[in-house]
Amino acid sequence: MRMLDDLDRRLLRLLQDDASLGSTELAARAGASAASCWRRVERMQRDGIIQGYHVAIDPKALGLMVEVSLRVSLDKTHANAFDEFINEARKIRHVNEIQTFLGRVDVRLNVLARDMAHYQEIYRRQILALPHIADIEALMLVANVKNSEALPL
Amino acid sequence: MIDLDDTDRAILRALQNDGGQSAAAVGKKVGLSQPACWRRIKALQTAGVIRPRAVVLNKESLGFGVSVFLGIKLATKGRVSLEDFERAVTAIPEVQVVQHVLGLYDYRLRVVARDLADFERVLRRRIMTLPGVGDVEANVVLSEERRDISL
Repeated sequence: MRMLDDLDRRLLRLLQDDASLGSTELAARAGASAASCWRRVERMQRDGIIQGYHVAIDPKALGLMVEVSLRVSLDKTHANAFDEFINEARKIRHVNEIQTFLGRVDVRLNVLARDMAHYQEIYRRQILALPHIADIEALMLVANVKNSEALPL
Repeated sequence: MIDLDDTDRAILRALQNDGGQSAAAVGKKVGLSQPACWRRIKALQTAGVIRPRAVVLNKESLGFGVSVFLGIKLATKGRVSLEDFERAVTAIPEVQVVQHVLGLYDYRLRVVARDLADFERVLRRRIMTLPGVGDVEANVVLSEERRDISL
């Protein structure tokens, strides 16, 4: 793959800060012509370096006031523990993130709920019904201090 | 909190699906003209329902091969201020997410690094030296899927 040069990196940094920048504004801040900036952004899109654009929704604005990070250890004596657990977890509509890990925790589920009563219902009826759970720990979100997908380019 | 109607929810579903769409394209899907749809999107932004559009970069092709989730417990609660810790941790460029949480840990972090050696450098030089930091647990992300918030 083509190596990125300083201008490419500058453009990516600017787009990470503000993806709604118009092409003239972007070019002015990057200190290059609009045409060459456009070509580079176009090429980075084609190369798959820029994968697309994302609009994040604040769950609280949708009335989902409770966010809990569930850290799950699985019973690995079952050969298909991971696959079976994840397949079932995908069916829970209040789970919006699933990660698997190398470490003490096997899987993390991020759960969004309207309030504590709603969370308790999801936890008891749906989470605890998932297969092959050995242990669960919960971290309840108090505040988002930093939330950015930006890479240190 | 603003009241969302069916059209707002349809717009959110469309944007959640593909954040790169123009207001005209979203409008076409939900049955609004470009200006009407643009006004709705602006209103959703102003009300804080959606954040400004963010670019999605391919981490791997930019050389960031490792993501690690950290659980951090503060060692000296009461003596160190949460503000000092938060100010220092948010200033670390490799730290993407900082969440104050209740439970076994006080903070949840998401850290991105080039490889495990790079992660170790960030952990030793920047995380372990944070004011008040105590127990740190690291879990390296093997796979990740994000799913739409149901609307």
